[in-house]
Amino acid sequence: MARMRMNQAVAAALGDEMRQDPTVVVFGEDVAAAGGPFKTSDGLLEEFGPLRVRDTPISEMGFLGMAVGAAASGLRPVAEIMFIEFLGVALDQVVTEAAKFHFLSNGVFTCPMVVRASVGAGLGFGCQHSQTFENWLNNAPGLKMAVASGPQSAYGLMRSAIRDPNPVVVLEPRALYGGRGPVTRGEEGIIPLGEIARVREGDDVTIVTAGAMLRVAMAAAKSSDNWSAEVIDLQTLIPWDRDAVVSAVRRTGRLVIVEESPYTSGWGTEISAYVGSRLFGELKAPVLRVTCPDVPVPFGRELELRYMPNKEYVTDQIDQLMATGRVPEPWWVGEGSRV
Amino acid sequence: MGDRTKMERRLALAADRVARYERMVEIRAFEDRVQGLFAEGVVHGTTHTAQGQEAVAVGIAAVARPTDTVTCTYRGHGMGLALGMTPESILGEIMGREMGCIGGIAGSMHLVDKELGLLPTFAIIGAGIPVAAGAALTAQVKGTDDAAIGVFGDGASNIGAFHEGLNLAAIWKLPVVFVCENNQYGEYSRINLTTPIEDLADRAVSYGIPGIMVDGQDPDATVKAVSEALDRARSGEGPTLLEMKTYRYAGHSRADKAEYRPEGEFERWFQRDPINTFRARLESEGLLAEGQADEVDRQVAARIEAAMETVKASPPAGVDAMFRNIYAPV
Ligand SMILES: Cc1ncc(C[n+]2csc(CCOP(=O)(O)OP(=O)(O)O)c2C)c(N)n1
Ligand SMILES: [Mg+2]
Repeated sequence: MARMRMNQAVAAALGDEMRQDPTVVVFGEDVAAAGGPFKTSDGLLEEFGPLRVRDTPISEMGFLGMAVGAAASGLRPVAEIMFIEFLGVALDQVVTEAAKFHFLSNGVFTCPMVVRASVGAGLGFGCQHSQTFENWLNNAPGLKMAVASGPQSAYGLMRSAIRDPNPVVVLEPRALYGGRGPVTRGEEGIIPLGEIARVREGDDVTIVTAGAMLRVAMAAAKSSDNWSAEVIDLQTLIPWDRDAVVSAVRRTGRLVIVEESPYTSGWGTEISAYVGSRLFGELKAPVLRVTCPDVPVPFGRELELRYMPNKEYVTDQIDQLMATGRVPEPWWVGEGSRV
Repeated sequence: MGDRTKMERRLALAADRVARYERMVEIRAFEDRVQGLFAEGVVHGTTHTAQGQEAVAVGIAAVARPTDTVTCTYRGHGMGLALGMTPESILGEIMGREMGCIGGIAGSMHLVDKELGLLPTFAIIGAGIPVAAGAALTAQVKGTDDAAIGVFGDGASNIGAFHEGLNLAAIWKLPVVFVCENNQYGEYSRINLTTPIEDLADRAVSYGIPGIMVDGQDPDATVKAVSEALDRARSGEGPTLLEMKTYRYAGHSRADKAEYRPEGEFERWFQRDPINTFRARLESEGLLAEGQADEVDRQVAARIEAAMETVKASPPAGVDAMFRNIYAPV
């Protein structure tokens, strides 16, 4: 088991899959000669050559459309969207073309393509380069979506995504690229889509989270003496493992969802609605969502740290939930927020 | 030049080539200083500087009216300064201070100044191109003789918004000038690796509009080209595509050392450095007296340092700034 950074784990997953399957191709802006703007495809051009590893022009609509066509006709393309916002100029190809190919061909065509996109705040890139936008994608049947939470997760989910016969978007929190961790490569390192990871055991509350918020949730869970939290990394947002989450929450009786996205219509609303309605009458407290405020991501370190849920805030919210049995107000109420 | 208002700064460029020279020096010094700030790690995030491209920004600002609309990109500090924005308002934004042009909430990629005609700058490639056409639509519908200028990079000429925007502007004969700053690179990729033609001005052909190549290192040439294209726009003849050949001296952004550039390329472009060549020309024409250019350098350096001190001493954006201006009041 080697220790590597998350960006290296992505490159390792791509390389391992490309070695086994000659139909896997990689393209995107500056992914080949430069090894990727975040070094997530470092070394691939050297090993696999320019036929399979390509730099594209700044043409997201064009190259995601190419991914659709290539996938439907026998390749397994992995296309990089440098920042999730850039998917905005190409969304049609993912949510309306790729996601409908199988359906619209009587099950004859498949579209085994992967779109990788970096997401999230924390690096001071400002409001057009810091969003997560899971909800551009979580209402498009036919599409799958996974979120990496660290090196092993990035490695394992990417390999599954490439092997999956459906279009899969893999979101990679940019703030995690530089973080190191042990990575098991090969078949044992692969993480199936559609399954949760129970990262921590606990009895009083189940925290469901994903991506960059996993480490925040873990830090909060470890820091509290007042309650013991089970922490679940959702890993795949579509399709999410409903049964596993419901049975976990049934045991602890409390669900807290920690998300890095604005409050309104974040991915956690679906989890909250589903679990809340399934376990109506069995819960010891209402479902609590800990999210960002409904504002564009601010620039500036202090503000950006404030924007995202952090350890202290998550801990405080759960403390209040445990003490009162009610959902506490989020921090921004009383801070000038009118939403 | 210390306490001029932004509108005075803008109008100064219209008549006076020495003022244009000074502004180019200011842009260079500003960008060098900003790069230094990021290298020191004093500022959070990233930045995209425009050393080498000063003559493009100044050429546009010298002839566009403040009532014209300009759209430009994340590589916008030079354009902002040229249009008249003060170093303080840009630096303030870059450093996340209340005195920044967006209150310090948006950072280096995002500048705005309504009085000077600058729409919020665009950090998504191509986005500003159809938006410029939209501003031109306003002028056409309202019957003013204002125009719009859409500034974007060479790399942006490969995105759909470029083609859709030019086509729309052409069929409706909108009063807009599209300025492609061909600085030879889109991020780490040389333009010839991503684009099959050498001269991007040729793309105008398929939209039936003039496509003109301009020496982007010569402020007299950029002024002339923008001026003619704006005349055409205002007289109802429709859009023009100007390709300004220029060169990005620094890397793409903060982290980029531009090691992919072929050896000698920078040096070759630097021989035609827009500031040095313009200085020599103004001196030979007797417009800059001996020693005057050095004095400009000193004044500009002092001005930038003073701006830096002011901004550093000013308060950062507070948490409440996050909640402001999300929706316009009904
Ligand atoms: C739609 C979109 N795709 C990709 C990017 C990432 N990106 C930012 S700048 C850049 C290069 C742009 O090159 P060019 O248009 O030549 O402008 P320059 O940076 O040289 O001024 C890229 C690819 C983006 N901001 N938006
Ligand atoms: Mg360029």
